[in-house]
Amino acid sequence: MAVSDSKAAERVLDVSADRRQARDRAAGYLLRRHHFQWPEALPWIVAIAAFFLFPDRMTFGSQVLVMIMFALSLDLILGYAGIVTLGHAAFFGIGAYTVGLGAARLGWTEPVSGLFAAAIVSAFVGFITGWFLLRYRGLTLLMLTLATAIMLQETGNLRSDFSGGYDGLPGLEFKPLLGLFDYDLYGHTYYLYALAVLAVVFFFVRRIVYSPFGQALTGIRENVKRMHAIGSPVHRRLVTVYSIAAGIAGIAGALFTQTNAYVTLTVFDFDNSAKVMVMLILGGTGRLYGAFLGAAVYMVLEDHLSKLSPTFWQFGIGLLLVLAVLFARRGVLGLFEDAGQYLKRFRS
Amino acid sequence: MKLMKYLGAAALALAVTGTANAENVKIGVVLPFSGANADLGQQMDKAFDLYVKLHAKDIAPNTVELIKRDEGPPTGAQAKTVATELITNDKVNMLAGFSFSPSSIALAPVVTQAKIPMVISNAGTAWITNLSPYIVRLSFSMWHHGYPMGAFAYDKIGCKTAALAYTDFPPGKDSTEAFKTGFEKAGGKIVDSVPLGSPVQVPDFTPYFQKIKDEKPDCMYVFIPSGAHATGVTKAYGELGMRKAGVKLIGPMDLIPDNKLQDMGDAAIGTIVMGNYAVDLENAENKAFNEEWHKAYGKDSYPDFMSAAAWDSMHAIFDAIKKLNGKVDDGAKVVDAMKGWSTNGPRGHVMIDADTRDIVQDEHAMEVIRKPDGKLGIKVLGTTKAVKDECKVQKIGRCAS
Repeated sequence: MAVSDSKAAERVLDVSADRRQARDRAAGYLLRRHHFQWPEALPWIVAIAAFFLFPDRMTFGSQVLVMIMFALSLDLILGYAGIVTLGHAAFFGIGAYTVGLGAARLGWTEPVSGLFAAAIVSAFVGFITGWFLLRYRGLTLLMLTLATAIMLQETGNLRSDFSGGYDGLPGLEFKPLLGLFDYDLYGHTYYLYALAVLAVVFFFVRRIVYSPFGQALTGIRENVKRMHAIGSPVHRRLVTVYSIAAGIAGIAGALFTQTNAYVTLTVFDFDNSAKVMVMLILGGTGRLYGAFLGAAVYMVLEDHLSKLSPTFWQFGIGLLLVLAVLFARRGVLGLFEDAGQYLKRFRS
Repeated sequence: MKLMKYLGAAALALAVTGTANAENVKIGVVLPFSGANADLGQQMDKAFDLYVKLHAKDIAPNTVELIKRDEGPPTGAQAKTVATELITNDKVNMLAGFSFSPSSIALAPVVTQAKIPMVISNAGTAWITNLSPYIVRLSFSMWHHGYPMGAFAYDKIGCKTAALAYTDFPPGKDSTEAFKTGFEKAGGKIVDSVPLGSPVQVPDFTPYFQKIKDEKPDCMYVFIPSGAHATGVTKAYGELGMRKAGVKLIGPMDLIPDNKLQDMGDAAIGTIVMGNYAVDLENAENKAFNEEWHKAYGKDSYPDFMSAAAWDSMHAIFDAIKKLNGKVDDGAKVVDAMKGWSTNGPRGHVMIDADTRDIVQDEHAMEVIRKPDGKLGIKVLGTTKAVKDECKVQKIGRCAS
């Protein structure tokens, strides 16, 4: 899309030769970015290899995939559009409860259509709250997003006869996947299911960030005043991406409920919003694969350390975060990039 | 010589079969070891370790191996993940621990499918035991303390009217519901019911209690999570002069956690709670339990009701292993071995109800007093024997199914 746009612009404007050259370079850059490069296959190969290497650990594996998807949705608004939020768990929770309440109260136990329902409901709530909240920025926005999540949680607690409250909705049962594959104790089915959903969501997100719309978001993040000055509809763009991210967080929440067959009001916890942000920052914001690396590193480390020392493992996580903030401001992916740059310079 | 050789061979054969018969029973222990609730996990973990250390010889030549994992926050998700992996990856024979109800509720379908017995040492939501035939509970349900307190408050303490105040989460709602059911059945009248906010932070209780003080009930039944909340309740109650105004403070034993009691001061004296355990409870088993505890963990470390429940949990598990001679591969047989099990533990006589797999135990009404040595302690006012989980007996709400 980016290329055809720039070519159309070229035809309209009579540009001088060196300008045209510059344009071609820019178009080429955008095109190259959009092309798949071989390292991008790496996370998927790792995910599939994990399935065969650790067949007993797929319950944990599914949780990692869910958190990756959740972090990816945050990356879209935090990393690309620069919207700082501490209430992203609100949409995760809405997705989780759409599927949970659907199964417990309405008998809607078909998993795949549940995901669509969760995405639509969450995106709708994202649209409504985003419409109001995204007029604000910085600390005000931070507080308002936090308040949104707390209000949803308290509403659930107020009507705990319906929502199940903090004791949750127990023993949810979902129909076999596509009518064929049932849930198993080892969690194999749900791991592959979550992986497939993550792949679809990922390519959707990738398409967005490399589109002109995605470029506009980056522009808003970098300099919102200039975007206003060139006549970009900033508020509308922000609300759009906020709704999309809300929808994706909703899918992650729905998967969370389906893989656990259980959901409680704690999905709306501040902890949940904060943790996903930490994961994303650890991996690297605005980098697509930062979500993969951050969530995977955080959760695997948490799992290993908590096995090593059930009592003191949080110290290890804390130390890692301090080190990341001191030495890897742009996340682990940022470190890789720096190393790549260094190697390039070294070679030439 | 020949005879000696035969004897030797026989002895050898016996030794070989002996070792072959000895089973190593793997027990997955799931407790909160990190975060805000880590001290709850410690109280139970210490009791588990102590029991295993002192009683390993009881099940010889069989052995047990505890594999410990962090239960995490009360969300259900982490507990479910680690416990499922204990089953699929570590191949444990049974699970024990579980501080939080959501963890137990999330796990119920898993243990049913895996046919692994799950021994609950704390989680107190009443209807948990209905969720799976593999769940056995050694702790209590919220109804164990709340329901008998209703009758005791009306008959013995002299409360004709009462106000309820509770932290707004499931145990709080359950506990006040239990008290209300017992109290109204005895003839009492509830004048008000005040939620005290979420369990996450300790609020200033003064405005809530002032409202109740103005309504002049005979008693105020308070449920809060055991811990920092309890100190806050006593402080606000004392500062408002509610005792002088004629409002007695009553509740489940969470109101006076043993490790916080000394800091509460005079305001706590006269508080009456219903519970299944206190360090001062007088029976031989509790005395021995406390002695062993101090020997292992120092003079300043005290067990509490969770430790006592964990101790009894491990006792029940050991007795089941002994009864089955280490053959614990069939989860249903293990649960059957525990049904109807009874003992005299630190909490007095306890039994596992064969129908509900929930505990039957004595409940003590305890008043906070100043002991002769100047420290605060408790005095038992009366005991209700063999209390069952009344929620399941009367089939109330979710307990019905």
